[in-house]
Amino acid sequence: MKISVQAEQFDMGAETNAFIAAQNGMGAIVTFSGIVRDLADNPMRYMEIEHYPGMTEKAIGEIVKEAVSRWSLGDACVIHRYGHLHVGEPIMMVATSAPHRVDAFEAAEFLMDYLKSRAPFWKKEVTQNDANWVDAKNEDEEALNRW
Amino acid sequence: MIKVMYFAWVRERIGEASESIETEAATVSELIEELRCKEPRYNMAFSDLSALRVAVDQTLTDFDCPLADAKEVAFFPPMTGG
Repeated sequence: MKISVQAEQFDMGAETNAFIAAQNGMGAIVTFSGIVRDLADNPMRYMEIEHYPGMTEKAIGEIVKEAVSRWSLGDACVIHRYGHLHVGEPIMMVATSAPHRVDAFEAAEFLMDYLKSRAPFWKKEVTQNDANWVDAKNEDEEALNRW
Repeated sequence: MIKVMYFAWVRERIGEASESIETEAATVSELIEELRCKEPRYNMAFSDLSALRVAVDQTLTDFDCPLADAKEVAFFPPMTGG
């Protein structure tokens, strides 16, 4: 299991390759990455991500543990950045491995849904004109109900 | 003494990231009431509790949570990770 909460950029390709290389007997790997996207009518200067050091690592650890107990997984990896991020940069990635694809897909979705609403990160969009904290969406909270 | 932490717009409204508070509050709700009476900036930050979440000793909980042995309480808006 790899959990990393970091300010530095990461190389998705290199992380994915390292994850695959560390597996043994797994037939399915799923990866997901969230990227900083620009705003259509208000160009973004950068995204600022704040987090709660200590609780962040603990919360992610519990979410990963839950995923491992619910699906037949070989391994899981979560990398999440904080600090100053620019448009086009990866914010985070999730990787799962399992003997078969259903477990890998479902566990990756579960990890994503929980990271969105239960890991203590807060995003702020700093544009040319203003700076706004991103509001949590009702649908993100509702997404947890399916698990 | 209890360490009280604020994140995101709660931190901005209160104007500090954390502070140590001497309190007799038995629950999170009681602590919030104490803070609201302190100064208008706290009253403003805590005016709509439906917009706030709380963690006691780094575990997400609710406003009824007892503070008996708590060392750290954090207030923040709903999380926006991922």
